[in-house]
Amino acid sequence: MFGLESGSGFWNPVLWGCIIFIAFLLLYGIRGFGRSTYKKGTEQESSFLSGNPESTPEEMQVKASNLYWGFTSSMKTLYNGLRSMHTGDVGDYVLWFIIILAILFVVIGVM
Amino acid sequence: MTPLEFLIEQSPALIVAVPLLGAFLTSLIGRVNEKARNIFALFIVCLTGVLIAILASDVLTSGPRLYVFGAQNLQVPMVRIIFEVDSMSIFMAIITIILALVALVYSWSFLKEYDGLDKFYTLALLLITSTLGMELTGDMFNFFVFLEISCITSCALIAFWITEGEALEAAFKYLVISSIGALFILFSIGLLYAQYNALNIATLASVLQFSFVDKIILVLLVVVLAMKAGVVPMHMWLPDSYGRAPPSVILVIMGATLASFYGILRVIFTLYGEVLTTTMRFNLPMHVLVGWLLIALAVVTIIVGVLMALIQSDFMRLIAYVAVAEIGYMLLAVGTGFAAWGTAYATTALHGGVLHILNDALDIGLLFLVAGAVYYVTKKRLLDDLGGLARTMKYTTVFLLIGLLAVAGMPPLNGFASKFLIYESVYQLNPILAIVAILCSILMLAIFVKVFYAAFLGPQRNITASTGLKEAPRSMLIAMGVFAAAAIFIGLFPNYVLDTLVKPAVSALLNHADYIGMVIGGV
Repeated sequence: MFGLESGSGFWNPVLWGCIIFIAFLLLYGIRGFGRSTYKKGTEQESSFLSGNPESTPEEMQVKASNLYWGFTSSMKTLYNGLRSMHTGDVGDYVLWFIIILAILFVVIGVM
Repeated sequence: MTPLEFLIEQSPALIVAVPLLGAFLTSLIGRVNEKARNIFALFIVCLTGVLIAILASDVLTSGPRLYVFGAQNLQVPMVRIIFEVDSMSIFMAIITIILALVALVYSWSFLKEYDGLDKFYTLALLLITSTLGMELTGDMFNFFVFLEISCITSCALIAFWITEGEALEAAFKYLVISSIGALFILFSIGLLYAQYNALNIATLASVLQFSFVDKIILVLLVVVLAMKAGVVPMHMWLPDSYGRAPPSVILVIMGATLASFYGILRVIFTLYGEVLTTTMRFNLPMHVLVGWLLIALAVVTIIVGVLMALIQSDFMRLIAYVAVAEIGYMLLAVGTGFAAWGTAYATTALHGGVLHILNDALDIGLLFLVAGAVYYVTKKRLLDDLGGLARTMKYTTVFLLIGLLAVAGMPPLNGFASKFLIYESVYQLNPILAIVAILCSILMLAIFVKVFYAAFLGPQRNITASTGLKEAPRSMLIAMGVFAAAAIFIGLFPNYVLDTLVKPAVSALLNHADYIGMVIGGV
């Protein structure tokens, strides 16, 4: 009931859960060997920004549209192509349908 | 005959008749009392669900069931309407009714402020009727009729927020695309009838020659149904529609979209299964060629869906693009199953693909409900306008986390179980395909990390904090909870669902001779 066989692989969520639980226990145990120097309510809680005044949390949070700027910027050419494909014009939607129809006609042997 | 046996015998017709009757009665009851109308609509869907459960238990234990509308002793079987319900049809009907049930529960709170709910419930029940009809029918023309009903009702439901110009535009685009698709489907059915004097799928499958005209029909049916399922590059109507419709409407339309995907399976496995496995093209068996065509479309669908989702700032539209990518995963599995027909991993791929239909409905459905809850509370769609929602919407946040982890295929949730089967089998066909699929899944996780970070973590944006945010209402939480619980259950007990529902469904697809023999030998 728990296990899943793919013919070449095996997956058991209960076994996986047990392993994750043991891993967390080990991590918790390792954490116990560290030094506890953190003190609540002291300046340790404030963020360290060298040389600059601290911004408000609203200003510091990166907005969703900027979050993967690096990725989208490095793939600018691809994204320009994708954006130009998504025109929002229903005529273009039909055009893509016709193009796929034509490709399949050729491959299947109609044309 | 016992009452239960009578009910089982009549259930294929009742499953379509009950919501159809309910659709018109709902409107009448709504004139008397709005609450009674809501309860009645829910009762109708529950009753249909019970009928589906009864039929499912019979089909899964005793095999496919036929229901003949019209004369029993007619000598020419092909002119009557025959419903043929096998394990695949009933699997799809179960998905449709789960989506419908959750959608109606969610609507109770989500739509209570809006006008025109009589029309909403009537149209939603009609859409459920048509979706179930598409899944249960064994007749090509009947399939077209139900497809047409689903197109018209979907279009009207997409325009629910009619005062927003974009909703109206999305509905118009959907209407154009659907009308063109329906026209080509009707043309294909006309060609089939002209050639073989038959409309029944099983009868047609038994006499199909794979002539020049049959090839045209195959391409037309597959491309139109792929467009209706949201396969790239014919997917563009989907983000427009899903991005502008209320989440409860999206759930019901998702059922119809998945029914179109089911249509592709029926066409290539049942209608053309025999001829595609015995003919050649470019010195390749036709099933290999068709399989690789589907794989090519699937890979493009996954990549474009994920890349476009990454740059969306509208929450609903973002999920819509992820839904497109998820269709790609299903198509990848089906393509692999068809290209590698007869091998053990082809069957595994189909197991993964069919299980992923269910998982897609649950996970994407859950994410749309979460997006709807966020919209309900904040009245904002753009992620840039949201922030810090986890502080006030604790349950919704947990549901989002479950949904995002499930859709990205993270263990131990349901998405992992189906994607595991897909990756493993696709890898055996071509490792590069599996690598692309896994990388896109990772990208999918990154997309939802963006959603979680931007909308749920960080400071509450001024624009939302001033409105005094609360958690979503109880009926919406219950609806989300049902999907989340199902995602966890399937993730923990994948084999139970696989053995009970998925393997019989795949077996019904692969053994098309049984489907054909049921009608040819049974009527």
